Amino acid sequence: MKDAAAIVGIAESEYTKWGKLERCTEYALALETIVKAVADAGLTMDDVDGFASFSNDRNEFCFVATDLGVPEVRYAGMTWIVGGGGACAAIADAAMAIATGMAKCVVVYRSIAMGQFRRFGRALAGDVQGVRPQDAALGFALPFGLFNATIGMALLVRRHMHLYGTTTEHLGHVAVTFRRHANRNPAAVMHDRPMTLADHAAAPRIVEPFGLFDCCLETDGANALVLVAPDRARDCRHRPVYVMAAAQGSGPRHGCGAWAMHYMPEEDYATGNTQRLARTLWETAGIDPGDVDCAQLYDHYSGMVLLQLEDFGFCRRGEGGPFAASGALAWPDGLIPTNTAGGSLSEAYIHGLNHVVEAVKQLRGTAVNQVANAEICAVASGSGIPTSALLLRR
Amino acid sequence: MSDPIPFPLPAITDDTRPFWDACRRRELRVQRCTSCGTLRHPPAPACWQCRGFAHEWIALSGLGTVFSHAVVHRAFLPELASHVPYTIVVVALDDAPGIRLVSNLVDGEARIGLPVEVVFEDVAPEVTVPRFRARRS
Repeated sequence: MKDAAAIVGIAESEYTKWGKLERCTEYALALETIVKAVADAGLTMDDVDGFASFSNDRNEFCFVATDLGVPEVRYAGMTWIVGGGGACAAIADAAMAIATGMAKCVVVYRSIAMGQFRRFGRALAGDVQGVRPQDAALGFALPFGLFNATIGMALLVRRHMHLYGTTTEHLGHVAVTFRRHANRNPAAVMHDRPMTLADHAAAPRIVEPFGLFDCCLETDGANALVLVAPDRARDCRHRPVYVMAAAQGSGPRHGCGAWAMHYMPEEDYATGNTQRLARTLWETAGIDPGDVDCAQLYDHYSGMVLLQLEDFGFCRRGEGGPFAASGALAWPDGLIPTNTAGGSLSEAYIHGLNHVVEAVKQLRGTAVNQVANAEICAVASGSGIPTSALLLRR
Repeated sequence: MSDPIPFPLPAITDDTRPFWDACRRRELRVQRCTSCGTLRHPPAPACWQCRGFAHEWIALSGLGTVFSHAVVHRAFLPELASHVPYTIVVVALDDAPGIRLVSNLVDGEARIGLPVEVVFEDVAPEVTVPRFRARRS
């Protein structure tokens, strides 16, 4: 798996606030963005023979392949890793398809126009069908008002605050740092909206301990990435970015994740469920956290970034809050510049695929907040649920 | 107690029905594997520890402590608009180590470590749910 595939094409649509994508459908945006990514690679749709996505993507590959005139599809993958946990897993699926020879050129894509569908932040009530294992699990969450990720992750972060003395101001440092990154990124939805720690503290409470600015954006937008084998990557337009290591999965008794279930082992509770993935990444790549130049961590909620920093070993367990407050996440001088485009909190919410796009930009040397001479970037998808992660290198 | 908050009703399956039936009798019961004795919740057909399928439902005291909590200020369903904020608690049960219930704190201010006791609330003619209040004894 190590270095068996490379990301050679990337694309992003315009990012807008929730419901502001009016010029086309979510599906058209997916097609447009895929075409852009393939062109970015210096390839054509005739080269593409595979697709991968996640979170039960409603823009199904069979329509994409038909409408973009793909001559032959040889691989189509939809990871079982839950929701926003699946972005890195979809990249891994593409890399596996290439490494095993099932396909030669795989496009990973995600298009989300929440305004045209159900908002993710809404309660899950009404989805229940009454017979599946997940319905039984939700039967122990919904009747108590545990409706969504915001509430589930608030419970994990509250426990972290209790165990380690993490404060809401620590959460503020995460949100403000990522906002500063976004203020330098013209594509970011929050590009022209500065934020201070005082703004963060004064924001309306959503689910304590989270206020409004601890919660990710709801946006419309799309991303696509193109992967090929290393020998082919060298002929593409841009410097290849190699999938150095990939990991996916979940720890014991996490179930479908903290948005519904809270029965994991006690020592797992105040974590991002990414500690085991991180160990796999380090072992596969043969490197350690000190070798990583920048990180793109899943910031559906500010506090969950702290848990991932600890899971990955960028700081010690329990020290995520002071670590963030020390400026460690800030571009350009922080120890580990993190979410350098602004992340889900301040760039856009493309279910974590924009984090992979930003990692590729860093390793190409074309990021707006470029980390000097970045060689290795860690990427994590949705924490607090079954999830996935990558190490990418140039 | 005032009218229940209009939260959704649980989806009840054959795997979970004994828990909800016990609640209607104002008993808090969880599954115990009859092979290895491991307690488990939410209800499941098999024991995660020994993979045995045989189990019984044991009654608990309903005493526990708050393991984590969150105060929900946003009404994520329109019908909850007049019922926010409400408090969600994850309760560690005194006589069932390793078992936690997601529930609500209906009386008292949440803090981790707060001793709580179960109270049962009839939310529909056929459905009773366990909630918690600060322990009074």
